[in-house]
Amino acid sequence: MNLTWDNTLPLFFMAVMGLALLAYVVLDGYDLGVGILLPFASDEEKDVMVSSIGPFWDANETWLVLGIGVLLIAFPLAHGIVLSALYLPVAIMLLGLTLRGVSFDFRVKARAARKDMWNRLFSLGSVVTAMAQGWMLGSYLTGFGFDAISLAFSAGIALTLPTAYAMLGAGWLIMKTGDTLQLKAVHWARRVLWPMGITLVGISLATPLVSHTVFERWFAMPQFLGLLPIPVACAVAFFAAFQVITKPKIVAAGYGWIVFASTVLIFVLAFIGLAYSLYPYIVIDRLTVWQAASATKSLIFIFVGVAITLPAIIVYTVFMYRVFWGRASALTYGPGG
Amino acid sequence: MDTLLLSRIQFAANISFHILFPTINIALCWFLVYFRLRRGAAKDKAAAQDWEEAYYLWTKIFALTFALGVVSGITMSFQFGTNWPGYMEKAGNIAGPLLGYEVLTAFFLEATFLGVMLFGRGRVSDRVHMVATLMVAAGTTLSAFWILSLNSWMQTPQGFEIIDGKFHATSWLEVIFNPSFPYRLAHKLLASTLTASFLIAGLSAWQILRGAANGGTPRALRAAVIAAAIAIPLQIVAGDMHGLNTLQHQPAKIAAIEGIWHTEKSAPLTLFGWPNEKEGRTDYAIQVPKLASLILAHDIDAELKGLDQFPNAHPPVAPVFWAFRVMVGVGVLMLLVSWWSAWQLRKSRASGEVPRRVLHVLTAMTFSGWVSTLAGWYVTEIGRQPFLVYGMLRTSDLVADHPSGMVLSTLIAYLATYVFLLVSYILVLMYMTGHPAQPTAQTPQSPKAATPVRGPA
Ligand code: HDD
Ligand code: HEM
Ligand code: HEM
Repeated sequence: MNLTWDNTLPLFFMAVMGLALLAYVVLDGYDLGVGILLPFASDEEKDVMVSSIGPFWDANETWLVLGIGVLLIAFPLAHGIVLSALYLPVAIMLLGLTLRGVSFDFRVKARAARKDMWNRLFSLGSVVTAMAQGWMLGSYLTGFGFDAISLAFSAGIALTLPTAYAMLGAGWLIMKTGDTLQLKAVHWARRVLWPMGITLVGISLATPLVSHTVFERWFAMPQFLGLLPIPVACAVAFFAAFQVITKPKIVAAGYGWIVFASTVLIFVLAFIGLAYSLYPYIVIDRLTVWQAASATKSLIFIFVGVAITLPAIIVYTVFMYRVFWGRASALTYGPGG
Repeated sequence: MDTLLLSRIQFAANISFHILFPTINIALCWFLVYFRLRRGAAKDKAAAQDWEEAYYLWTKIFALTFALGVVSGITMSFQFGTNWPGYMEKAGNIAGPLLGYEVLTAFFLEATFLGVMLFGRGRVSDRVHMVATLMVAAGTTLSAFWILSLNSWMQTPQGFEIIDGKFHATSWLEVIFNPSFPYRLAHKLLASTLTASFLIAGLSAWQILRGAANGGTPRALRAAVIAAAIAIPLQIVAGDMHGLNTLQHQPAKIAAIEGIWHTEKSAPLTLFGWPNEKEGRTDYAIQVPKLASLILAHDIDAELKGLDQFPNAHPPVAPVFWAFRVMVGVGVLMLLVSWWSAWQLRKSRASGEVPRRVLHVLTAMTFSGWVSTLAGWYVTEIGRQPFLVYGMLRTSDLVADHPSGMVLSTLIAYLATYVFLLVSYILVLMYMTGHPAQPTAQTPQSPKAATPVRGPA
């Protein structure tokens, strides 16, 4: 393949879209996870949990807008096909995101008597969002199939993705909180670690079974060996998280962040595996990135924008995380704090 | 009902809901910058404290409004694909990059710095915090820039060629700065200023009436009334110029706005009446002879094109006709109210007591900006029908062919959510202004035991 703008730009945008969606899943994953875990905390702890994600959630969701934005900018054809095929789960996800996004703000501004209702809506919205995203992933992987096996596959992911987010959320809380809440978070992590692990293994095994294309990519000889590091690294990360949460001393010694880091690593590896399975399709078995790409002129125009702004976005995102580094303290709009 | 109609209602409902919140925030953020600057420049401690209180209350309102703007905006970004895939397929080469620039330059900027602006005051220096606030303000304004550029391009498309039925840009500058864009941007930013001003003035007035005011309240009220009094004449001039621009590019829309059914010279201006589309006339019309030609063409004898010139290519008349009159009516009301209030405030400066009549009127006008803004958009967007990209793409050709039951079910779900959120939003605004307490160090964000700084909790 010779490198021309025509055939490299679609790949570039595929990569940007992938990274945006990965960033979204990891970043919004932890704050959705905190929302999923909220009902299990006491009233005071709820405030701390919400404080821990307060400055971040809005920026986290913006990665979703970027991911969908790139799909729209670079692959308008696929944008139409994917989003109209996922019409209902998308609508349900949007309603979930709406509820949780606003409850987050309403819960501390409304009359105190209403706080409970907003807390509930916050958790409900988080769970609904996570499940709808699971369904979308399943449906996407099966090429929007409507047969019983495809539906069962989607339902399976929908039911289990919340555990993965809860694991991220628990890891985040272990890192950002202390005392009893941190102990609780360790306890929650212990609860969801195994379901998450079993789910991931299940999805990994089921995907090649429901999709012939994926099967052929993985189970051919030289490739399979080359791919082996992915599952092996996953297992190592899983083991590391397991070690930390079963030994409270390690958390107390300040190594709690390992739980979050290994969960993120698992997400990244799963993502790489997925990307490998799909390439070069953007709609599996139907549309490749080149077939779906928009005009080269448009891609060049936006390429300039991405090349300038994405590094800037990363810089100021890092700046923001540094401002709120360390243990979460209660949030205030005022000067002290 | 058919899928096309349901999809249109759903899109209209979603964007109408979305626009309510950015409209407030685009300008409110600049008000916050102003409150902060005044606090920094205040000569004595009491005044600084007053401005701090104004800043504090309106930051809370800003944060809540922002959350609503973000979640409804995320819904918007999915709508194109879920309901109008044909639009992205045909015009994606143009619409995509403009939306992309909005995400890259505006959304990330505002969303990221929002955290620092809202919660970072105790963690960064005053300078850095000011920069963060300015970034958020710049982000919201940039966001309006890009999205209005796209919307204006859909109204007055240029800078493209069509290859195999798809739009391809030939000049991005021509696309971005298309003929109606400068007018739309100016008119929209002023609309936002007015919406935020009347909201601040109205809620502050209500606060004083309820006896829940603190030192910041009269200061915020005064600033808002003055801003409104300055913005409204500018808005009327901008609106007039916008209309002239529309006459040039979309004469069918103007014919619907003015209810001109047949092409005529020295056309009269219809103030009110009942558009009767079946018969092609306006019933019970109250008209001023020759005035339409004078206003629109600045020439008493000018000929104006009527709707009969655009068979099958003009918008439905009644909604455009009425929405326009609502917008202009509210605009005139804003002029009267803001100037009268400004004058009354000036007169009562010595006593420091704002007359209760003024407070009542301002309270009644709290949400007038929303009414006018929505009405204005309905003029613009319904007036563009039956096209999505004016003169080029018809709305009916671009809709996704979902089963209508499915679209109906999501429409109902969205509407129910929006009604619930809108009611909650207004009630919480009232609650927050009724309880303008600053929390103590022990109860930073929890409303449980917020102790009042000054004024009742
Ligand atoms: C506070 C809000 C507000 C107020 C007081 C006014 N407008 Fe407005 N108007 C808008 C808010 C708005 C808007 C919502 O911002 C619109 C919709 C799209 C746009 O660009 O601006 C709009 C559109 C709009 C259009 C349609 C342009 C088109 O799409 O072709 C015209 C002709 C006017 N305006 C004219 C006026 C006049 C003569 C006013 C005199 C009082 C006026 N507006 C007051
Ligand atoms: C924010 C204020 C806006 C409001 C209140 C608004 C309102 C509306 C309304 C009422 C319609 C329906 C017209 C009809 O079908 O008769 C419509 C259509 C539409 N508007 Fe807007 N609009 C706004 C801004 C925008 C912007 C910025 C864009 C594009 C970037 C846009 C794109 C569309 C599209 C694609 C449709 C087609 C769907 C349809 O015809 O129903 N709108 N809008
Ligand atoms: C079809 C049209 C539109 C789409 C697809 C859209 C999309 C979005 C999205 C995704 C967000 C959330 C950004 C974030 O995560 O921070 C958002 C917020 C915002 N939008 Fe829109 N939008 C549309 C119309 C408009 C219009 C017409 C305006 C103003 C004239 C506008 C101004 C804003 C602003 C200022 C925000 C920031 C949030 C706030 O201040 O409340 N948008 N929009």
